[in-house]
Amino acid sequence: MALRVSLRATHPIALDVAFDVAPGQVLALVGPSGSGKTTVLRAIAGLFAPKDGKITVDGAVWTDTAAGVNMPVPARRLGMVAQSYALFPHMTAAQNVMAALGHLPAAARNPEALRLLALVNMADLAQRRPDALSGGQQQRVAVARALARAPQVLLLDEPFSAVDRPAREQLYTEIRALRAQLKMPVVLVTHDMDEAQMLADHVVVLQAGRVLRAGPVADVLVDPLALRSIGLAEAGAVLQARIEAHEDDGITRLICSAGPLFVPQINAEIGTPLRLRVQAQDVILARTRPAGLSALNILPVTVLAVRSGDGPGVLVELRAGDDRLLARITRRSAQNLALLPGVGCFAIVKSLSSTRVIIRAENQPN
Amino acid sequence: MDWAALWLSLQLAGWTIIILLPVSVFAGRWLAYANFRAKGVVEALIAVPLVLPPTVFGFYLLLAFGAQSPLGAAWSGLFGQPLVFSFAGLVVASVIFNLPFAIQPAQRGFEAIPKDVREAAACCGMRPMTALARIELPLAWPGVVTAMVLCFAHTLGEFGIVLMVGGSIPGQTKTIAISIYDRVQGFDTAAAGTMAAVLLVISLTAISLTFWLSARFGRRFT
Repeated sequence: MALRVSLRATHPIALDVAFDVAPGQVLALVGPSGSGKTTVLRAIAGLFAPKDGKITVDGAVWTDTAAGVNMPVPARRLGMVAQSYALFPHMTAAQNVMAALGHLPAAARNPEALRLLALVNMADLAQRRPDALSGGQQQRVAVARALARAPQVLLLDEPFSAVDRPAREQLYTEIRALRAQLKMPVVLVTHDMDEAQMLADHVVVLQAGRVLRAGPVADVLVDPLALRSIGLAEAGAVLQARIEAHEDDGITRLICSAGPLFVPQINAEIGTPLRLRVQAQDVILARTRPAGLSALNILPVTVLAVRSGDGPGVLVELRAGDDRLLARITRRSAQNLALLPGVGCFAIVKSLSSTRVIIRAENQPN
Repeated sequence: MDWAALWLSLQLAGWTIIILLPVSVFAGRWLAYANFRAKGVVEALIAVPLVLPPTVFGFYLLLAFGAQSPLGAAWSGLFGQPLVFSFAGLVVASVIFNLPFAIQPAQRGFEAIPKDVREAAACCGMRPMTALARIELPLAWPGVVTAMVLCFAHTLGEFGIVLMVGGSIPGQTKTIAISIYDRVQGFDTAAAGTMAAVLLVISLTAISLTFWLSARFGRRFT
């Protein structure tokens, strides 16, 4: 049930994009605003007709301009979560979900809607209308509605942008938990690198309607060219960790493959796996293990690569146990410390409180 | 009190809104969603009855309905009676001069539905007619009802066009507005006053209804 997309257009924006998404894979489309991310998503949904393009889902042709095929939107079995959620304002949460269950016999729709709402923890609020729900709650209803058609493709258009940060972290957690049940290709449009790194396996970086870089998240998001388009401040890496202990002073001790990490209390059970995003600008490097430092989190690392762009900064790619870490430092520091591939040093993580913590669903790949 | 004239006016208004209801929904919806080069021209043409003096409009309709015109000739060929000075002619004239009242409020109603909500309906698998029934009309109906109320009230009160196209044949084309004028000419102020009061009550009810609906309408999308 793979999704294959290849598109070319000149209006409303220049577009020349091609990518595949495997079943169960989450592909993040990232790039600055105006780069064509949303247009690509709309073309998959059939809401935008490209001048030139072919979109197939599991071998079935949805769009093929050469053959004159353009399947109408309602005939495309897809789920879409729009940026504004676009819930039907005159319907309750349950009715919103039932609106996408037209393929089921009438008697089966209500129980199925309630099952889907329970999946996104909204069963209690099923009888509320959208105007009586918070942004995060509306978002969950939109996700339940998008899943209602048992879609062949799931499209998420900046689905978290209108939700505040704490709610967003909770939603990431839930979406990751849902992923185990999602067997279809998922396309996520976002300009938030946290979101891309936390939720996606693969990433396509778009710039001015063209694919700048494409590949696994861990590879693309350390690429200087891709980062220049996304913004260097967004550079970061993901550490896998597990809760080891809740200590008396309100600190939670985590263990990752490179060593222990200390973060402000996380309300989850001991043993819970986590993904932590560490921003490159929050990491500083030392050749010897520093002493007399207030920073709690110091990990032994090995330099994998030093990538430089145009500016005075370099991005140092590090191996931290089984994970990768990124540090953004000045070229001068890199020279002074003689940071070359293979060199061992220590990464001091200045801040873990500013990074997002996600409770990872069990039995997840990567 | 000229009950025959009132009944005739009510019949005329009734037929007008029966014919204009689908026009209101489909033309209003089309103009709300469509985006084409000549849209401004179409909207301006629909608005013409709002700015043209009714007698002028009636004069042109009279010419268009006359036995010498293609429309008038076709009508008499088809139904064996002339279009001018008949109830059918009044209905046709009424439908035409009510077009802006029928279309514009409905168009505003459909325009107020966010585009992504309409797109979400399609993404949920609803075909256009299903989306119209389940999503768009439940959201835009105050606009459509406002349109019908305006058409009804406006038809009851129309004078110039009705007089030009229909003459003043009792029981056929003599509507209540013309009857009021007749009674005033005949110094029967009491009867004219009663009928005027009836029209006043109907108009006030209509306008209150539309204001109430637009208040509801405004709340719905905030």
